[in-house]
Amino acid sequence: MASLRQIAFYGKGGIGKSTTSQNTLAALAEMGNKILIVGCDPKADSTRLILHQKAQDTILSLAAEAGSVEDLEIEDVMKIGFNDIRCVESGGPEPGVGCAGRGVITSINFLEENGAYEGVDYVSYDVLGDVVCGGFAMPIRENKAQEIYIVMSGEMMAMYAANNISKGILKYANSGGVRLGGLVCNERQTDKEYELADSLAKKLGTQLIYFVPRDNIVQHAELRRMTVIEFAPESKQAEHYRNLATKVHGNVGNGKIPTPITMDELEDLLMEHGIMKAVDESEIGKSAAELGLAASA
Amino acid sequence: MPQNADNVLDHFNLFRQPEYKEMFENKKKNFENPVPDPELERVREWTKTEEYREKNFAREALTVNPAKACQPLGAVFASLGFEKTIPFVHGSQGCVAYYRSHFSRHFKEPTSCVSSSMTEDAAVFGGLNNMIDGLANTYNMYKPKMISVSTTCMAEVIGDDLNAFIKTSKEKGSVPQEYDVPFAHTPAFVGSHITGYDNVMKGIVEHFWDGKAGTAPKLERVANEKINFIGGFDGYTVGNIREIKRIFNSMGVEYTIFGDNSDVWDTPTDGEFRMYDGGTTLEDAANAIHARATISMQQYCTEKTLPLIANHGQDTVAFNHPIGVNGTDEFLMAISRISGKPISEELTKERGRLVDAIADSAAHIHGKKFAIYGDPDLCLGLTAFLLELGAEPVHVLSTNGGKAWAEKTEKLLASSPFGKDCHVYAGKDLWHMRSLLFTEPVDFLIGNTYGKYLERDTGTPLIRIGFPIFDRHHYHRYPVWGYQGAMNVLVWILDKIFDEIDRNTNVVAKSDYSFDIIR
Repeated sequence: MASLRQIAFYGKGGIGKSTTSQNTLAALAEMGNKILIVGCDPKADSTRLILHQKAQDTILSLAAEAGSVEDLEIEDVMKIGFNDIRCVESGGPEPGVGCAGRGVITSINFLEENGAYEGVDYVSYDVLGDVVCGGFAMPIRENKAQEIYIVMSGEMMAMYAANNISKGILKYANSGGVRLGGLVCNERQTDKEYELADSLAKKLGTQLIYFVPRDNIVQHAELRRMTVIEFAPESKQAEHYRNLATKVHGNVGNGKIPTPITMDELEDLLMEHGIMKAVDESEIGKSAAELGLAASA
Repeated sequence: MPQNADNVLDHFNLFRQPEYKEMFENKKKNFENPVPDPELERVREWTKTEEYREKNFAREALTVNPAKACQPLGAVFASLGFEKTIPFVHGSQGCVAYYRSHFSRHFKEPTSCVSSSMTEDAAVFGGLNNMIDGLANTYNMYKPKMISVSTTCMAEVIGDDLNAFIKTSKEKGSVPQEYDVPFAHTPAFVGSHITGYDNVMKGIVEHFWDGKAGTAPKLERVANEKINFIGGFDGYTVGNIREIKRIFNSMGVEYTIFGDNSDVWDTPTDGEFRMYDGGTTLEDAANAIHARATISMQQYCTEKTLPLIANHGQDTVAFNHPIGVNGTDEFLMAISRISGKPISEELTKERGRLVDAIADSAAHIHGKKFAIYGDPDLCLGLTAFLLELGAEPVHVLSTNGGKAWAEKTEKLLASSPFGKDCHVYAGKDLWHMRSLLFTEPVDFLIGNTYGKYLERDTGTPLIRIGFPIFDRHHYHRYPVWGYQGAMNVLVWILDKIFDEIDRNTNVVAKSDYSFDIIR
């Protein structure tokens, strides 16, 4: 147990978090690591590429059927996928009802109490969107994930989310052992994306651990419900994920307590790189017509 | 009005006066939407049938009168077993009112416990500020030596992290850095009171032995000859723990009662109010790591605690609330084996006296049919004792018993010819028990105070053993463990048997040929 490494992937919804994490973990498995993926997203798609299907038997759906989580056995919920990666999906309620955060707490407690973490080198949590409530912070409580990797891109909102997640980590970093492992930039081909991601990482007191270039092959693999590592092991993109995996693997103990920035600082950052033009205070809240600008400007 | 200050009628008589009778009748007629009596009678009779029982047992989405309480109740019980410790329940206020009143109604003693009083804002923003202020207030107002933190539903659903909150509170100066604040997450919607007991005990062991949440070095175990004793959640804790101490002393065994509630819920009235009395000292709790072994009297109350203790290198032994000759034999032999001390002459004599008493009364108990419900360990202990007495358990039901418990109980029943017609019901409630008592009647029912409704409905005489006992006083002062304890249980069972014989033979010139002086 002493050598068990626990990591977590956070990031804005739709940023490619699950794709990035699964490809990275597939590469880590290729390197000979025994891996357990804990999907902490009610959509239950954190293990789809490893299992070649969306996991049907989530912990919470089975617990609801059985009456209580105590009636479950670990074998009921743990599936083995590509490269012997063990996969568990926490699952959760339909949109608009219930409490997905509590579901994450219930699931992780269940896994720990039933020995799911025995005999693995890595536990990886894949957590939805923002750290919206206490439940989604469960993976960063003490004795859970040691390093958090934030998946982001050069878009303003993805950077905003990365900053918010850092605030969540900071809350727990002071009292516990959780650290920010680094940012993973998933290329969206926005302007000066690398520079932006790199400066945000520096501002947050961490590193841009890898810049994953955009490649359509990810899309092709995804459609076949596979990781690129499995679908096209010889491809350049697979090599990128292997590099990312190597960096994550070597990053043990290098995590930092993040230094989140204010919204203003974030905007300044965008201006610095010329993505946003400096705007005069007097112009704020005025429409294009009021400012005498063409509608298309 | 029939009530007047010169002649005050108590409620028994007051409500039987014509004015009240009329009022009750009108209330029923006008507001209770009554069905015609024959229809009421028809349905009442139908609920006693096999057909209804089948439907009752097919019930899925409804629980009626579960014989269990929630985790935080057990959490408060466990916390109170330590010296000058105040249980601190992180959640909203009403929950704590329930734990306090529940214990006070059973033990007839005040029960000190505080709440972090979470309200709507805490539900939205998290309960950190409630923890910070609550710990500071508790520390300054009640001057406890330790604050033991547990949670309720609310704090658990929003995902408050006790470890982080307590650390932050200490940084903010609520309590000193080195002050003892063990904690346990005890969601009320998971498990039952015995789960909560287990979680808090585990939290306290972890706190004292494993470095006080990173604020002190972990303790190194230097084995000594002592034995730790964990009683589990037990309604007879006042009598039982004192009896256990007497047994250990009688054998000259060095021991630590890990969680000693006996004085907490039995503080003498001598003119001085003490908010805290008795309890395991914090020093003893820490030093318990060095013990040779730990004995748990209730396996299902220590499912997580005991393995943690075993991981520290101690031997562990778990019993199932042993009651009776065989159960006590096994318990004493385990102590003797672990400590190397012989079972004392005094205890050996007590055993002989118990066997003698059982033999004296065997004719009256032999073949009597019993239904039992309660916590899983208590059910096992009572079932074993009944089998030993030659009584026949027929229904054994535990709402908070699981599959493993059911298998263990079935194994126990299979070990005796008196257990062959008995069925075990795990996870069922008292409405299931009602169907069982109608369709497969027994002579006596053993259970807690809530069993009186079953007694009234089904006519099965109730022997009150379990938790809570609200409507009879002082039973918690009597042990049920040890040979002396078994003697008490024997007497309680016999009392009810003889009461019933008398009740069935007391009609003058009709059945009183058996209304004997000698039984």
